[in-house]
Amino acid sequence: MQTVRLFFEKLGSMTILVIREMGRMLIFILYALYIAVRDPGKPIHLFKQIHFIGAKSLFVICLTASFTGMVLGLQGYYTLAKFGSEGMLGAVVALSLIRELGPVLAALMVTGRAGSAITAEIGIKKITEQIDALKTMALEPFKYLISPKVIAALIALPLLCAIFDVVGIFGGYVVGVKLLGVNPGAYFSEMERSVEWKDVWSGFIKSVSFGCIISWVCCFKGYYAGHGAEGVSRATTEAVVMSSVLVLVWDYFLTSVML
Amino acid sequence: MIKLVDIEKSFDSQVVLNRLSLEIPTGKITAVIGPSGEGKSVLLKHMIGLMKPDRGKVYIDGDDITVMRRWELNHVREKFGMLFQNAALFDSMTVFENVAFPLEEKTRLSRVEIRDKVHDALEHVGLKSVDKKYPDELSGGMKKRVGLARALLLNPRIILFDEPTTGLDPIICRAIHQLIKDTHTQFGFTAVIVSHEIPEIFDISDNVAMLYKGQIIEMGTPDEIQRSEHPVVRQFITGSLEGPIHFI
Repeated sequence: MQTVRLFFEKLGSMTILVIREMGRMLIFILYALYIAVRDPGKPIHLFKQIHFIGAKSLFVICLTASFTGMVLGLQGYYTLAKFGSEGMLGAVVALSLIRELGPVLAALMVTGRAGSAITAEIGIKKITEQIDALKTMALEPFKYLISPKVIAALIALPLLCAIFDVVGIFGGYVVGVKLLGVNPGAYFSEMERSVEWKDVWSGFIKSVSFGCIISWVCCFKGYYAGHGAEGVSRATTEAVVMSSVLVLVWDYFLTSVML
Repeated sequence: MIKLVDIEKSFDSQVVLNRLSLEIPTGKITAVIGPSGEGKSVLLKHMIGLMKPDRGKVYIDGDDITVMRRWELNHVREKFGMLFQNAALFDSMTVFENVAFPLEEKTRLSRVEIRDKVHDALEHVGLKSVDKKYPDELSGGMKKRVGLARALLLNPRIILFDEPTTGLDPIICRAIHQLIKDTHTQFGFTAVIVSHEIPEIFDISDNVAMLYKGQIIEMGTPDEIQRSEHPVVRQFITGSLEGPIHFI
Protein backbone atom coordinates (compact mmCIF):
# COMPACT_ATOMS: atom_id res chain seq x y z
CA MET A 1 0.00 0.00 0.00
CA GLN A 2 2.83 2.31 1.00
CA THR A 3 4.65 1.60 -2.29
CA VAL A 4 1.52 2.33 -4.35
CA ARG A 5 1.01 5.62 -2.52
CA LEU A 6 4.65 6.60 -3.06
CA PHE A 7 4.35 5.72 -6.74
CA PHE A 8 1.33 7.98 -7.22
CA GLU A 9 2.92 10.77 -5.18
CA LYS A 10 6.00 10.61 -7.40
CA LEU A 11 3.85 10.47 -10.53
CA GLY A 12 1.81 13.45 -9.35
CA SER A 13 4.82 15.60 -8.51
CA MET A 14 6.45 14.70 -11.84
CA THR A 15 3.27 15.68 -13.70
CA ILE A 16 3.08 19.01 -11.88
CA LEU A 17 6.75 19.63 -12.66
CA VAL A 18 6.28 18.89 -16.37
CA ILE A 19 3.15 21.05 -16.62
CA ARG A 20 4.88 23.90 -14.81
CA GLU A 21 7.90 23.67 -17.14
CA MET A 22 5.63 23.64 -20.19
CA GLY A 23 3.79 26.68 -18.87
CA ARG A 24 7.06 28.51 -18.32
CA MET A 25 8.17 27.64 -21.85
CA LEU A 26 4.90 28.88 -23.33
CA ILE A 27 5.07 32.18 -21.42
CA PHE A 28 8.72 32.50 -22.50
CA ILE A 29 8.04 32.29 -26.25
CA LEU A 30 4.89 34.42 -26.07
CA TYR A 31 6.81 37.13 -24.22
CA ALA A 32 9.69 36.93 -26.72
CA LEU A 33 7.24 37.42 -29.62
CA TYR A 34 5.43 40.21 -27.75
CA ILE A 35 8.71 42.09 -27.23
CA ALA A 36 9.67 41.46 -30.88
CA VAL A 37 6.46 43.20 -31.97
CA ARG A 38 6.14 45.90 -29.29
CA ASP A 39 9.76 46.93 -28.83
CA PRO A 40 11.89 45.32 -31.56
CA GLY A 41 15.04 47.35 -30.88
CA LYS A 42 17.69 48.29 -33.40
CA PRO A 43 17.75 46.28 -36.67
CA ILE A 44 21.47 45.68 -36.21
CA HIS A 45 20.73 43.20 -33.36
CA LEU A 46 18.47 41.21 -35.72
CA PHE A 47 20.93 41.36 -38.64
CA LYS A 48 23.73 40.10 -36.42
CA GLN A 49 21.63 37.12 -35.41
CA ILE A 50 20.55 36.35 -38.99
CA HIS A 51 24.23 36.42 -39.91
CA PHE A 52 25.11 34.14 -37.00
CA ILE A 53 22.31 31.61 -37.45
CA GLY A 54 22.01 31.84 -41.23
CA ALA A 55 25.18 32.94 -43.02
CA LYS A 56 27.56 31.17 -40.66
CA SER A 57 25.64 27.89 -41.08
CA LEU A 58 25.97 27.99 -44.87
CA PHE A 59 29.09 25.87 -45.10
CA VAL A 60 27.78 23.01 -42.99
CA ILE A 61 24.39 23.21 -44.75
CA CYS A 62 25.99 23.03 -48.22
CA LEU A 63 28.28 20.20 -47.17
CA THR A 64 25.53 18.02 -45.68
CA ALA A 65 23.11 18.92 -48.48
CA SER A 66 25.51 17.88 -51.23
CA PHE A 67 26.26 14.52 -49.63
CA THR A 68 22.60 13.93 -48.81
CA GLY A 69 21.69 14.61 -52.45
CA MET A 70 24.52 12.39 -53.64
CA VAL A 71 23.52 9.44 -51.45
CA LEU A 72 19.88 9.91 -52.50
CA GLY A 73 21.02 9.86 -56.12
CA LEU A 74 22.99 6.69 -55.51
CA GLN A 75 20.31 4.83 -53.53
CA GLY A 76 17.51 6.11 -55.77
CA TYR A 77 19.28 5.06 -58.95
CA TYR A 78 19.85 1.45 -57.88
CA THR A 79 16.30 1.11 -56.53
CA LEU A 80 14.69 2.68 -59.61
CA ALA A 81 16.96 0.69 -61.94
CA LYS A 82 15.28 -2.50 -60.66
CA PHE A 83 12.03 -1.23 -62.20
CA GLY A 84 13.64 0.38 -65.23
CA SER A 85 12.61 3.87 -64.05
CA GLU A 86 15.98 5.59 -63.71
CA GLY A 87 14.47 8.63 -65.42
CA MET A 88 12.42 9.26 -62.26
CA LEU A 89 15.58 9.88 -60.25
CA GLY A 90 15.21 13.68 -60.36
CA ALA A 91 11.67 13.46 -58.99
CA VAL A 92 12.70 11.09 -56.19
CA VAL A 93 15.64 13.23 -55.12
CA ALA A 94 13.71 16.50 -55.31
CA LEU A 95 10.59 15.27 -53.52
CA SER A 96 12.60 13.60 -50.75
CA LEU A 97 14.59 16.77 -50.20
CA ILE A 98 11.88 19.39 -50.56
CA ARG A 99 9.25 17.61 -48.51
CA GLU A 100 11.31 15.96 -45.84
CA LEU A 101 15.08 15.85 -45.75
CA GLY A 102 15.74 19.52 -46.54
CA PRO A 103 13.78 21.02 -43.63
CA VAL A 104 14.66 18.27 -41.16
CA LEU A 105 18.38 17.97 -41.86
CA ALA A 106 18.83 21.76 -42.13
CA ALA A 107 17.10 22.10 -38.75
CA LEU A 108 19.29 19.42 -37.16
CA MET A 109 22.45 21.05 -38.54
CA VAL A 110 21.38 24.48 -37.27
CA THR A 111 20.59 22.95 -33.87
CA GLY A 112 24.08 21.51 -33.65
CA ARG A 113 25.89 24.57 -34.94
CA ALA A 114 23.88 27.60 -33.83
CA GLY A 115 21.42 26.22 -31.26
CA SER A 116 24.11 24.94 -28.94
CA ALA A 117 26.01 28.23 -29.26
CA ILE A 118 22.84 30.22 -28.45
CA THR A 119 22.23 28.21 -25.27
CA ALA A 120 25.86 28.49 -24.18
CA GLU A 121 25.97 32.24 -24.89
CA ILE A 122 22.78 33.04 -22.99
CA GLY A 123 23.71 30.64 -20.19
CA ILE A 124 27.11 32.26 -19.70
CA LYS A 125 25.54 35.72 -19.76
CA LYS A 126 23.18 34.52 -17.05
CA ILE A 127 25.74 33.00 -14.70
CA THR A 128 28.09 36.00 -15.07
CA GLU A 129 25.21 38.36 -14.15
CA GLN A 130 25.24 40.10 -17.55
CA ILE A 131 21.47 39.56 -17.82
CA ASP A 132 21.03 41.09 -14.35
CA ALA A 133 23.24 43.99 -15.46
CA LEU A 134 20.83 44.68 -18.33
CA LYS A 135 17.90 44.60 -15.91
CA THR A 136 19.59 47.04 -13.53
CA MET A 137 19.98 49.47 -16.44
CA ALA A 138 16.18 49.26 -16.87
CA LEU A 139 16.72 47.46 -20.18
CA GLU A 140 14.64 44.43 -21.18
CA PRO A 141 16.96 41.40 -21.67
CA PHE A 142 14.50 39.75 -24.08
CA LYS A 143 14.88 42.72 -26.43
CA TYR A 144 18.63 42.11 -26.81
CA LEU A 145 19.09 38.41 -26.15
CA ILE A 146 15.96 36.45 -26.97
CA SER A 147 13.60 38.14 -29.45
CA PRO A 148 16.26 38.89 -32.14
CA LYS A 149 17.37 35.24 -32.02
CA VAL A 150 13.82 33.90 -32.34
CA ILE A 151 12.98 36.20 -35.27
CA ALA A 152 16.35 35.53 -36.92
CA ALA A 153 15.76 31.77 -36.73
CA LEU A 154 12.28 32.19 -38.26
CA ILE A 155 13.89 34.06 -41.18
CA ALA A 156 17.09 32.04 -41.54
CA LEU A 157 15.71 28.49 -41.41
CA PRO A 158 13.52 28.68 -44.56
CA LEU A 159 16.40 30.28 -46.45
CA LEU A 160 18.84 27.61 -45.30
CA CYS A 161 16.28 24.95 -46.15
CA ALA A 162 15.90 26.35 -49.69
CA ILE A 163 19.68 26.32 -50.12
CA PHE A 164 19.80 22.76 -48.74
CA ASP A 165 17.20 21.66 -51.31
CA VAL A 166 19.00 23.26 -54.25
CA VAL A 167 22.44 21.97 -53.30
CA GLY A 168 21.00 18.51 -52.55
CA ILE A 169 19.27 18.36 -55.94
CA PHE A 170 22.56 19.34 -57.55
CA GLY A 171 24.35 16.58 -55.56
CA GLY A 172 21.81 14.04 -56.83
CA TYR A 173 22.36 15.39 -60.36
CA VAL A 174 26.15 14.94 -60.13
CA VAL A 175 25.85 11.31 -59.01
CA GLY A 176 22.82 10.36 -61.13
CA VAL A 177 23.65 12.15 -64.36
CA LYS A 178 27.43 12.59 -64.36
CA LEU A 179 28.47 9.33 -62.68
CA LEU A 180 25.64 6.88 -63.39
CA GLY A 181 24.51 8.16 -66.78
CA VAL A 182 20.90 9.19 -66.19
CA ASN A 183 19.58 11.44 -68.94
CA PRO A 184 19.91 15.06 -67.74
CA GLY A 185 16.73 16.11 -69.50
CA ALA A 186 14.77 13.31 -67.80
CA TYR A 187 16.29 14.23 -64.43
CA PHE A 188 14.97 17.80 -64.55
CA SER A 189 11.75 17.26 -66.52
CA GLU A 190 10.56 14.50 -64.14
CA MET A 191 11.42 16.77 -61.24
CA GLU A 192 9.42 19.63 -62.75
CA ARG A 193 6.46 17.30 -63.46
CA SER A 194 6.38 15.76 -59.96
CA VAL A 195 7.11 18.64 -57.63
CA GLU A 196 4.07 20.79 -56.86
CA TRP A 197 3.75 24.09 -55.05
CA LYS A 198 2.15 22.20 -52.20
CA ASP A 199 5.43 20.32 -51.65
CA VAL A 200 7.42 23.54 -51.59
CA TRP A 201 4.95 25.14 -49.19
CA SER A 202 4.98 22.18 -46.84
CA GLY A 203 8.80 22.33 -46.74
CA PHE A 204 8.62 26.07 -46.09
CA ILE A 205 6.09 25.73 -43.26
CA LYS A 206 8.14 22.95 -41.71
CA SER A 207 11.34 24.96 -41.78
CA VAL A 208 9.67 28.02 -40.21
CA SER A 209 8.22 25.90 -37.42
CA PHE A 210 11.58 24.18 -36.89
CA GLY A 211 13.21 27.62 -36.64
CA CYS A 212 10.71 28.48 -33.93
CA ILE A 213 11.35 25.20 -32.04
CA ILE A 214 15.15 25.53 -32.16
CA SER A 215 15.32 29.17 -31.07
CA TRP A 216 12.61 28.65 -28.46
CA VAL A 217 14.17 25.62 -26.79
CA CYS A 218 17.77 26.84 -27.02
CA CYS A 219 17.02 30.34 -25.70
CA PHE A 220 14.84 28.95 -22.91
CA LYS A 221 17.43 26.44 -21.78
CA GLY A 222 20.14 29.10 -21.77
CA TYR A 223 18.01 31.65 -19.93
CA TYR A 224 17.22 29.17 -17.18
CA ALA A 225 20.65 27.48 -17.11
CA GLY A 226 21.79 26.17 -13.73
CA HIS A 227 24.80 27.27 -11.75
CA GLY A 228 28.35 27.46 -13.05
CA ALA A 229 30.02 25.87 -16.04
CA GLU A 230 28.32 22.55 -15.30
CA GLY A 231 24.89 24.19 -15.39
CA VAL A 232 25.63 25.76 -18.77
CA SER A 233 27.02 22.54 -20.20
CA ARG A 234 23.95 20.61 -19.00
CA ALA A 235 21.64 23.24 -20.45
CA THR A 236 23.45 23.07 -23.80
CA THR A 237 23.18 19.29 -23.97
CA GLU A 238 19.50 19.39 -22.99
CA ALA A 239 18.81 22.10 -25.56
CA VAL A 240 20.39 20.17 -28.43
CA VAL A 241 18.73 16.87 -27.50
CA MET A 242 15.32 18.42 -26.86
CA SER A 243 15.40 20.54 -30.04
CA SER A 244 16.41 17.57 -32.19
CA VAL A 245 13.76 15.29 -30.71
CA LEU A 246 11.06 17.95 -30.97
CA VAL A 247 12.00 18.66 -34.61
CA LEU A 248 11.55 14.98 -35.50
CA VAL A 249 8.34 14.55 -33.51
CA TRP A 250 6.83 17.79 -34.84
CA ASP A 251 7.89 16.77 -38.35
CA TYR A 252 5.81 13.60 -38.09
CA PHE A 253 2.70 15.49 -36.94
CA LEU A 254 3.08 18.21 -39.59
CA THR A 255 3.59 15.63 -42.31
CA SER A 256 0.55 13.66 -41.25
CA VAL A 257 -1.55 16.85 -41.36
CA MET A 258 -0.16 18.24 -44.62
CA LEU A 259 0.00 15.09 -46.73
CA MET B 1 14.57 56.34 0.35
CA ILE B 2 14.93 52.56 0.30
CA LYS B 3 12.91 50.75 2.93
CA LEU B 4 12.67 47.00 3.43
CA VAL B 5 9.95 45.69 5.72
CA ASP B 6 9.80 42.15 7.12
CA ILE B 7 11.59 40.58 4.16
CA GLU B 8 11.69 36.80 4.09
CA LYS B 9 13.60 34.83 1.48
CA SER B 10 14.43 31.13 1.38
CA PHE B 11 16.19 28.96 -1.18
CA ASP B 12 14.78 25.44 -0.92
CA SER B 13 14.73 24.92 2.83
CA GLN B 14 17.52 27.38 3.64
CA VAL B 15 16.27 30.63 5.14
CA VAL B 16 18.49 33.51 3.92
CA LEU B 17 16.55 36.60 4.98
CA ASN B 18 14.38 36.24 8.04
CA ARG B 19 11.87 39.07 8.65
CA LEU B 20 14.56 41.59 7.81
CA SER B 21 13.75 45.29 8.05
CA LEU B 22 16.10 48.07 6.99
CA GLU B 23 15.94 51.74 6.03
CA ILE B 24 18.62 53.25 3.83
CA PRO B 25 18.90 57.01 4.34
CA THR B 26 18.83 59.16 1.21
CA GLY B 27 22.07 60.74 0.04
CA LYS B 28 24.25 58.76 2.43
CA ILE B 29 26.67 55.87 2.04
CA THR B 30 25.38 52.82 3.88
CA ALA B 31 27.58 49.76 4.22
CA VAL B 32 26.11 46.32 4.79
CA ILE B 33 28.62 44.04 6.47
CA GLY B 34 28.39 40.47 7.61
CA PRO B 35 29.96 37.03 7.28
CA SER B 36 30.15 35.37 3.86
CA GLY B 37 27.06 33.52 2.75
CA GLU B 38 24.73 35.49 5.02
CA GLY B 39 22.70 36.91 2.09
CA LYS B 40 24.20 40.38 1.63
CA SER B 41 24.09 40.14 -2.17
CA VAL B 42 20.59 38.66 -1.95
CA LEU B 43 19.58 41.68 0.12
CA LEU B 44 21.03 44.04 -2.50
CA LYS B 45 19.19 42.22 -5.30
CA HIS B 46 15.91 42.68 -3.44
CA MET B 47 16.47 46.44 -3.37
CA ILE B 48 16.57 46.64 -7.16
CA GLY B 49 13.94 43.99 -7.82
CA LEU B 50 16.27 41.34 -9.25
CA MET B 51 14.83 39.01 -6.61
CA LYS B 52 11.37 38.95 -5.12
CA PRO B 53 10.92 38.23 -1.42
CA ASP B 54 8.78 35.30 -0.30
CA ARG B 55 7.16 37.75 2.09
CA GLY B 56 7.58 41.41 2.96
CA LYS B 57 7.75 44.73 1.13
CA VAL B 58 10.48 46.72 -0.57
CA TYR B 59 9.72 50.42 -0.87
CA ILE B 60 11.64 52.73 -3.19
CA ASP B 61 10.61 56.34 -2.62
CA GLY B 62 7.37 55.08 -1.08
CA ASP B 63 6.44 52.65 -3.91
CA ASP B 64 6.33 48.93 -3.18
CA ILE B 65 8.36 47.29 -5.95
CA THR B 66 7.40 43.73 -4.96
CA VAL B 67 3.96 44.13 -6.55
CA MET B 68 5.07 46.02 -9.64
CA ARG B 69 4.78 44.83 -13.24
CA ARG B 70 7.91 44.60 -15.37
CA TRP B 71 7.51 48.01 -17.01
CA GLU B 72 6.76 49.71 -13.70
CA LEU B 73 9.83 48.07 -12.19
CA ASN B 74 11.93 49.26 -15.15
CA HIS B 75 10.69 52.78 -14.47
CA VAL B 76 11.92 52.53 -10.86
CA ARG B 77 15.22 51.01 -12.00
CA GLU B 78 15.91 54.21 -13.96
CA LYS B 79 16.88 55.63 -10.55
CA PHE B 80 19.49 52.92 -9.97
CA GLY B 81 23.01 52.05 -10.96
CA MET B 82 24.67 48.85 -9.84
CA LEU B 83 28.23 47.63 -9.63
CA PHE B 84 28.30 43.85 -9.53
CA GLN B 85 30.77 41.68 -7.64
CA ASN B 86 32.44 40.59 -10.88
CA ALA B 87 31.59 43.85 -12.65
CA ALA B 88 29.21 41.97 -15.02
CA LEU B 89 30.67 43.65 -18.10
CA PHE B 90 29.30 42.45 -21.44
CA ASP B 91 32.04 40.06 -22.49
CA SER B 92 31.50 40.36 -26.24
CA MET B 93 31.83 44.16 -26.16
CA THR B 94 34.89 46.35 -25.79
CA VAL B 95 35.30 48.65 -22.79
CA PHE B 96 34.06 51.59 -24.87
CA GLU B 97 30.99 49.67 -26.07
CA ASN B 98 30.26 48.51 -22.52
CA VAL B 99 30.22 52.02 -21.11
CA ALA B 100 28.48 53.49 -24.16
CA PHE B 101 25.75 50.81 -24.20
CA PRO B 102 23.28 52.42 -21.73
CA LEU B 103 23.74 55.79 -23.45
CA GLU B 104 23.11 54.32 -26.89
CA GLU B 105 20.03 52.47 -25.73
CA LYS B 106 18.48 55.01 -23.41
CA THR B 107 19.37 58.43 -24.81
CA ARG B 108 19.27 60.18 -28.17
CA LEU B 109 22.77 61.57 -27.93
CA SER B 110 24.90 61.81 -31.06
CA ARG B 111 27.90 59.53 -31.58
CA VAL B 112 30.28 62.38 -30.77
CA GLU B 113 28.45 63.24 -27.54
CA ILE B 114 28.44 59.59 -26.49
CA ARG B 115 32.14 59.27 -27.26
CA ASP B 116 32.94 62.36 -25.16
CA LYS B 117 30.79 61.20 -22.26
CA VAL B 118 32.34 57.73 -22.30
CA HIS B 119 35.86 59.15 -22.35
CA ASP B 120 35.00 61.52 -19.50
CA ALA B 121 33.54 58.66 -17.45
CA LEU B 122 36.55 56.44 -18.05
CA GLU B 123 38.91 59.26 -17.23
CA HIS B 124 36.95 59.97 -14.06
CA VAL B 125 37.62 56.41 -12.83
CA GLY B 126 41.27 56.69 -13.81
CA LEU B 127 41.23 54.66 -17.01
CA LYS B 128 42.80 55.76 -20.27
CA SER B 129 43.63 53.95 -23.50
CA VAL B 130 41.54 50.90 -22.66
CA ASP B 131 38.67 51.70 -25.07
CA LYS B 132 39.38 48.87 -27.43
CA LYS B 133 40.19 46.22 -24.85
CA TYR B 134 37.76 43.43 -24.04
CA PRO B 135 36.81 42.67 -20.41
CA ASP B 136 38.90 39.48 -20.33
CA GLU B 137 41.99 41.59 -21.12
CA LEU B 138 41.51 43.72 -17.98
CA SER B 139 42.63 43.16 -14.40
CA GLY B 140 40.05 42.77 -11.62
CA GLY B 141 40.50 46.36 -10.47
CA MET B 142 40.15 47.74 -14.00
CA LYS B 143 36.96 45.74 -14.55
CA LYS B 144 35.47 47.20 -11.37
CA ARG B 145 36.38 50.70 -12.50
CA VAL B 146 34.80 50.14 -15.92
CA GLY B 147 31.72 48.79 -14.13
CA LEU B 148 31.68 51.90 -11.94
CA ALA B 149 32.00 54.18 -14.98
CA ARG B 150 29.06 52.37 -16.60
CA ALA B 151 26.99 52.58 -13.40
CA LEU B 152 27.66 56.31 -13.00
CA LEU B 153 27.05 57.34 -16.58
CA LEU B 154 23.31 57.94 -16.41
CA ASN B 155 23.64 59.90 -13.13
CA PRO B 156 21.57 57.48 -11.01
CA ARG B 157 20.18 58.64 -7.69
CA ILE B 158 20.93 55.32 -6.02
CA ILE B 159 23.99 53.12 -6.60
CA LEU B 160 24.34 49.60 -5.23
CA PHE B 161 27.85 48.21 -4.84
CA ASP B 162 28.14 44.45 -4.48
CA GLU B 163 31.53 43.80 -2.89
CA PRO B 164 33.31 46.41 -5.01
CA THR B 165 36.78 45.57 -3.68
CA THR B 166 36.72 41.81 -3.12
CA GLY B 167 39.77 40.08 -4.53
CA LEU B 168 41.75 43.28 -5.08
CA ASP B 169 45.08 44.24 -3.55
CA PRO B 170 45.03 46.77 -0.65
CA ILE B 171 46.16 49.70 -2.80
CA ILE B 172 43.56 49.15 -5.53
CA CYS B 173 41.05 48.48 -2.77
CA ARG B 174 41.76 51.85 -1.18
CA ALA B 175 41.73 53.54 -4.60
CA ILE B 176 38.24 52.12 -5.36
CA HIS B 177 36.95 53.19 -1.94
CA GLN B 178 38.34 56.68 -2.48
CA LEU B 179 36.75 56.77 -5.92
CA ILE B 180 33.37 55.85 -4.43
CA LYS B 181 33.77 58.50 -1.75
CA ASP B 182 34.81 61.18 -4.24
CA THR B 183 32.05 60.45 -6.72
CA HIS B 184 29.53 60.39 -3.89
CA THR B 185 30.72 63.82 -2.73
CA GLN B 186 30.50 65.08 -6.31
CA PHE B 187 27.09 63.60 -7.28
CA GLY B 188 25.41 63.09 -3.88
CA PHE B 189 23.75 59.77 -4.71
CA THR B 190 22.48 57.26 -2.17
CA ALA B 191 24.94 54.38 -1.95
CA VAL B 192 24.59 50.90 -0.51
CA ILE B 193 27.85 48.98 -0.30
CA VAL B 194 28.07 45.32 0.54
CA SER B 195 31.57 44.73 1.83
CA HIS B 196 33.87 42.62 3.97
CA GLU B 197 36.61 45.21 4.05
CA ILE B 198 36.98 45.87 7.76
CA PRO B 199 38.05 48.47 8.91
CA GLU B 200 38.47 50.31 5.53
CA ILE B 201 34.72 50.41 4.89
CA PHE B 202 34.23 52.48 8.08
CA ASP B 203 36.27 55.32 6.53
CA ILE B 204 33.88 55.91 3.66
CA SER B 205 30.48 55.01 5.15
CA ASP B 206 27.98 57.24 6.88
CA ASN B 207 26.09 54.25 8.26
CA VAL B 208 26.90 50.60 8.76
CA ALA B 209 24.41 47.73 9.06
CA MET B 210 25.44 44.27 10.24
CA LEU B 211 23.61 41.32 8.67
CA TYR B 212 23.62 38.06 10.59
CA LYS B 213 21.34 35.04 10.38
CA GLY B 214 19.00 36.81 7.96
CA GLN B 215 18.47 39.90 10.09
CA ILE B 216 20.04 43.32 10.63
CA ILE B 217 21.33 42.87 14.15
CA GLU B 218 22.86 46.33 14.50
CA MET B 219 22.90 49.58 12.57
CA GLY B 220 24.62 52.85 13.31
CA THR B 221 27.43 55.17 12.39
CA PRO B 222 30.86 53.60 11.88
CA ASP B 223 31.89 54.82 15.35
CA GLU B 224 28.82 53.28 16.98
CA ILE B 225 29.41 49.97 15.22
CA GLN B 226 33.08 49.95 16.23
CA ARG B 227 32.10 50.60 19.82
CA SER B 228 29.29 48.01 19.74
CA GLU B 229 29.13 45.51 22.59
CA HIS B 230 27.11 43.02 20.54
CA PRO B 231 29.20 39.82 20.62
CA VAL B 232 28.55 39.00 16.92
CA VAL B 233 29.50 42.50 15.79
CA ARG B 234 32.57 42.49 18.03
CA GLN B 235 33.74 39.13 16.74
CA PHE B 236 33.18 40.15 13.11
CA ILE B 237 35.00 43.49 13.24
CA THR B 238 37.89 42.10 15.25
CA GLY B 239 38.12 38.98 13.07
CA SER B 240 38.32 36.77 16.13
CA LEU B 241 37.89 33.02 15.84
CA GLU B 242 36.30 32.90 19.30
CA GLY B 243 32.67 33.94 19.55
CA PRO B 244 29.13 33.22 18.45
CA ILE B 245 29.94 33.13 14.69
CA HIS B 246 30.80 29.56 13.74
CA PHE B 247 32.76 29.12 10.55
CA ILE B 248 33.00 25.34 10.40
